[in-house]
Amino acid sequence: MTARTLYRRIVDAHTVRGLGEGGQVLLYVDRQVLNEYTSPQAFAALHAAGRSVWRPSATIAVVDHVNPTTPERNAGTMVIADAERSLQVRTLAANCARHGIELYDMLDARQGIEHIVASEQGLVLPGMVMAAGDSHTTSHGAMGALAFGIGSSEIEHLLATQTLTYTVQKTMNVEVGGRLGFGVSAKDLVLELIRRIGADGAGGHVIEYTGPAIRALGVEGRLTLCNMSVEAAARGAIVAPDDALFAYLHGRRRVPQGAAWDRAVAAWRTLRSDDGAVFDRTVSLDAASIAPMVTWGTSPDQGATIDAAVPDPAAERDPTRRRGAERALAYMGLQPGERLDGLAISHAFIGSCTNGRIDDLRDAARVLRGRRVAAGVRALVVPGSTQVRAQAEAEGLAQVFREAGFEWRQAGCSMCVAMNDDHLGAGDRCASSTNRNFEGRQGPGARTHLMSPAMVAAAAVRGALTDVRRLLPAQE
Amino acid sequence: MEPFRTLTGPAAPLPMANLDTDQIMPKQFLRGVDRESGLAGGFLHDLRFDEQGRARPQFVLNRAPWTQARLLVTGPNYGCGSSREHAVWGMLQLGLRCVIGSSFGGIFADNCIRNGVPAICVPAEEAERLLALAADPQRCQMTVDLEAQTITTAGDGCILPFRFDARHRSMLLRGLDAVGLTLEMADDIRRFESGYLQDAATRA
Repeated sequence: MTARTLYRRIVDAHTVRGLGEGGQVLLYVDRQVLNEYTSPQAFAALHAAGRSVWRPSATIAVVDHVNPTTPERNAGTMVIADAERSLQVRTLAANCARHGIELYDMLDARQGIEHIVASEQGLVLPGMVMAAGDSHTTSHGAMGALAFGIGSSEIEHLLATQTLTYTVQKTMNVEVGGRLGFGVSAKDLVLELIRRIGADGAGGHVIEYTGPAIRALGVEGRLTLCNMSVEAAARGAIVAPDDALFAYLHGRRRVPQGAAWDRAVAAWRTLRSDDGAVFDRTVSLDAASIAPMVTWGTSPDQGATIDAAVPDPAAERDPTRRRGAERALAYMGLQPGERLDGLAISHAFIGSCTNGRIDDLRDAARVLRGRRVAAGVRALVVPGSTQVRAQAEAEGLAQVFREAGFEWRQAGCSMCVAMNDDHLGAGDRCASSTNRNFEGRQGPGARTHLMSPAMVAAAAVRGALTDVRRLLPAQE
Repeated sequence: MEPFRTLTGPAAPLPMANLDTDQIMPKQFLRGVDRESGLAGGFLHDLRFDEQGRARPQFVLNRAPWTQARLLVTGPNYGCGSSREHAVWGMLQLGLRCVIGSSFGGIFADNCIRNGVPAICVPAEEAERLLALAADPQRCQMTVDLEAQTITTAGDGCILPFRFDARHRSMLLRGLDAVGLTLEMADDIRRFESGYLQDAATRA
């Protein structure tokens, strides 16, 4: 057989049958995770057609987008005053009960953002195919799995058949040599990649990340990288499994135990692209040359290193890109040539499926220890899951955040997508560890600068965008 | 699902790159448990309406002849971002049944097919030509023929061929229910599953 990429091997292993000449296959899906705002329409259509759920045990449901993140979690605080959002949560619960689907509801100790929960509970394992009604499902490629976001009609298709009609994608090898420097994280790496190839740069492709810098990243850094690959339009992103991943997975709920674990690891070790496998495209990056990044615009590819200035749209030759930059600067209230380092902020937000994991909180706390949030800045930490929150409390990180003046809140999507009560006002400028700086994303008129959690902490302390390397303890 | 064969009408230009689904259907319209709640009003809300909810007179969909638009011609990577299918539902409810551009967000394009909407990819230079025609009230009339795979632009009398995936084209032309089609292959799925799920240790 000809040499195959890891992506192709996973697709082949899940192909029920081909679907004609267009390159589509009927793809078997191992795992689906549902949320409260993209699943109700799928269930409604399923019920209207009188259909049942093919394999309820393959599906898990989580409340994450609309739930409150008040500092306290109890039956009194986890009440949603808004009638429509409350109905979304109750509809999810009713659908799960009707079909025997496990639900991590608002008071469940396993609740959190769907992508954070799915990795920490061991719901996604190497070689699996996973889908969810949320674009950041690409995160789970860090587990050596093929994972991608789908719409509500495809959720319905998956519930009814455990399959999707799937168009096989092209493959892109993103090869990252060297090692990330002091104070530089996976978030900086992916922001640099998106800046380089563009917000549509990986359209129609699944990325495989390879090279020594990827191997050196922790699993949580790989989750950040795969999570944001969708911001370059990738339909999936995979890192081949290795010992670091096996160590991460070992002992988690839903992960094979005992003899089954040994068998599983032996099988997972074979999951890699064959020598000589051909990718449709290769992009090479040198990790050592990457500096801390921030975005200045309203698309994730409008980013720059923290020591750079806001670019001048007039220098942009492509007319579409020039119009985009002009519109972005008007929305963001920025002038060409303005220094990014020193740009005053009103808010700092640490959280989201991109950067709400324990490593992210540790990175931010390292910067905050013994420091205070600048006067006039509102700073929030929203852990990605209830379990991450508990671990951060056990490690003393919560104390560091509180002493620095951050609000220490309950888990959820919160101010990344602003579908609950957490949002910015018009003109607010936020240093944000989230994934999207779109117009209005964190609230109508809100201005979002994407960066790593450590960079958010540094901005919170200074009250302005700043190079985190100046605030970190000396390099080991 | 309603079949899509041909469609004729004014095309409205949206020349911005990376117009994301957060803007196509802002979060305040994602509060329903159905496919309808307020979604026609939500479509491109902040571009169509000002802070007081008044129609912005300069925005294309608020001006004749584009108030009657049936098609959209878009900049690159239209529909990137969030998976929310509400972006397509709202567009349909406003009477727009086809989008043409040089590239689309992947989930958005899949959502279009599932709702009987062709999202047609054309080369970037053709997209620029169609954007220019769509921006001209005298020349913005277009006809999409999905069977023949052509876009006829009345404004300059050109016929632009395009390629559309054969399976998706057949589904749109016949208005087929994708779930129903797949359930016809239920035996294939069961056969696959019976072998596949035996090795449960490394599987779901």
